[in-house]
Amino acid sequence: MLNWLNDNGPLLFLALLDGTVTAFVLALIALGLSLVFGVMRIVNVAHGELFMLGAVISWFAFDFTSDPLLGFFVALIFAPLIVGSISIFSERIVLRKINYHPESTIVATIGLLYVIQQLTLMYFGPEARPVDAPFYFRIQFPWFGYSGYKLIVAGMSAIFLLGVWFLMKLSKLGLYMRATQQDIEIAKTFGVATDKIYASVFALGGGLAAIAGVLIVPIRQADYLMGLDPLLLSFIVVIIGGLGSIRGTIVAAFIIGISDGIISVFYEPTLAKMLATSLVAMVLVFKPTGLFGEVQA
Amino acid sequence: MEIAMENKEEGKDTNNSEISITRRSVLGAGAVIAGAGVLGSKLIDPIAKTAHAAGSDNPIKIGFQAHRTGIGTVYGKWYERTTNAAAKYINKIGGIAGRPVEIITEDDGTDPKRGADVVEKMATQHKVDFVYGTLFSHVVMGSAPRAGELKIPYFVVSEGYHVASGKLNRYVFQPCITDVRSQITAVSNWIFGNLGKNVTIIYPDYAFGYDHRDYASAAAEKSGGKIVAKIPIPMTEKSFTRYFAKIPKNTDVIYHVMVGPGVLTFVREMGEFFGSNHPQLFGFIDSLEGVNISSPGLGFLDGSYFWEAMPRYADGYDTGGARFYRNAVGVNASGASKSDAKDVSTYSHMFGCWETLFAIKEAVEKSGYRSKKDYGDLIETFEGINFFNEGIAHPQGPKIFSGKTHQCFGQQFISKVQNGKLNVVHKTTIADGIYEPETDYTKQSL
Repeated sequence: MLNWLNDNGPLLFLALLDGTVTAFVLALIALGLSLVFGVMRIVNVAHGELFMLGAVISWFAFDFTSDPLLGFFVALIFAPLIVGSISIFSERIVLRKINYHPESTIVATIGLLYVIQQLTLMYFGPEARPVDAPFYFRIQFPWFGYSGYKLIVAGMSAIFLLGVWFLMKLSKLGLYMRATQQDIEIAKTFGVATDKIYASVFALGGGLAAIAGVLIVPIRQADYLMGLDPLLLSFIVVIIGGLGSIRGTIVAAFIIGISDGIISVFYEPTLAKMLATSLVAMVLVFKPTGLFGEVQA
Repeated sequence: MEIAMENKEEGKDTNNSEISITRRSVLGAGAVIAGAGVLGSKLIDPIAKTAHAAGSDNPIKIGFQAHRTGIGTVYGKWYERTTNAAAKYINKIGGIAGRPVEIITEDDGTDPKRGADVVEKMATQHKVDFVYGTLFSHVVMGSAPRAGELKIPYFVVSEGYHVASGKLNRYVFQPCITDVRSQITAVSNWIFGNLGKNVTIIYPDYAFGYDHRDYASAAAEKSGGKIVAKIPIPMTEKSFTRYFAKIPKNTDVIYHVMVGPGVLTFVREMGEFFGSNHPQLFGFIDSLEGVNISSPGLGFLDGSYFWEAMPRYADGYDTGGARFYRNAVGVNASGASKSDAKDVSTYSHMFGCWETLFAIKEAVEKSGYRSKKDYGDLIETFEGINFFNEGIAHPQGPKIFSGKTHQCFGQQFISKVQNGKLNVVHKTTIADGIYEPETDYTKQSL
């Protein structure tokens, strides 16, 4: 065991480090999807495109300001605002019109996915465009080096996750959201403006995805198809964690992130993805509500 | 709008899988050429004089299979600019056999299945004379059989060894870009002689990458070197640190070649992983095509080496033909677009488009090709061509062409990164990259 650790310790450390960064970002993206499902009971297939929009807005901010640091903060403020507004707009003119019907919303959000993706292709183009990191430094460990910015991304994701937790537990808006999640009829009876809560939740979900896009784009570059991978991973996380559960989403993001890190480093990255999807199947068979999901009323 | 429409189809496929997941979520390319330095202007002038004599306004239609979307987008954009610049110049000097050239472009989404569809659409709907311009090897592999079935000449600009290997058919030609096998054969002695014997190879996990893996291994054995690890990376990968962890400690040289939208992330994460304390680095420029070498995080590349087919920086190969070509395509002395210094070209690949159009022009004019019924004469004439002289038509350098394998051989360059710039340190001869032919397409029936 000690010999193994001696030989593979640095690799394990790299796997945990890489996995932790993946987990935090994944949690941030998936949380928006989970919230939307939890409160509104709808599956937003266009969620990955909102993440992509965050990254694309970040490129425009960087291109406009020509300053990585300023561009980053401009994007961090405006990307969630713009994407949140797009979310509210689509909630008003699409989702509300179909009365949040579960199956119709899936088809409608697939349509939304195409509209956002193709408009981005038309106005942004098909290239992957790089955005410089606001802080660029490298941390040298005894065995290898690692990107300092990636650690900042993990830290900022953690801050945003905490922020959402506080919002849900301590604010009046959070209370209304939880009330709407638990029982919409009773919430209405107690004077909760549930249609405004729906719009706020959809905007919050989109805003969180956009922030994740802004954080990740200096690592990955912005391109119009970048929303597909995170969408699939978010679904995996949300299904395993339990739709609508913040705790479940974070725990599942860590299970997927860390296992992906370890399996990818010691075996193959493809194997990690295979195992993650098998885990989804197992969860659906043995605990359809997910690890922390509750049976919805 | 056209791009958008076509891409919708691509998105459609991808999203079918999303639908099912969603539902579950509710429930869930030996010898030195005599006269290699022939001036391009001399080559072009006689053609220009005869150009308008033929008396036909009926254009020669060339179907350009472009990677406008998908993972080949950056190459696609520059292949398109180069093709349009070449067509414009050819038309200016009188077209092909006196007929104007018309380029018809269709996006293949860098997808093999759509590639085959595009070849078919070009042949049956657009009724083009030739199909041309494909880069990504998996798309060539997917499209070439359809070109063979339709019996339409298909000219690729791909680098893959697939044409010369004999896997394709008599209708497929790669006349103006050398293949990976030839490139490796030409530079391997330099690598193993100058950088080290123990090599780890990192390559894309598909046809083009396998050519690198197989021929680098074979070349290593011949040169007394050893491949200590082979690390394939899926084409759509976006995170690379984990792959660098697999590089054995006894590695002297990292041989890397990467393609696709993640190349900047790939080199940057390599720098983050190793810092300044890295094994020798020998990369194929593919890993940096379309990428600005002075991007943040790429400082570690200083002192490392790259293979280049055609030097990105103008002082690397300063000939009359090379200057003319660079200017015509709109590329500055640093290899970026004249109108946008951030828009870095794919300079070691796109010259193949320019040269291939001139090769088609030469074959059409020599064979007397007029229409589809002359395909046999055109192909036999093309197979009879032995070399292309350097000049405006072939700015990358002189080439030997093998009628048996439908593949050319040319010179290669090795450049060193110094102060954020690529400086040519070695130029191979054509003979360095020649190998024995493994096939003879001339024996296939037409």
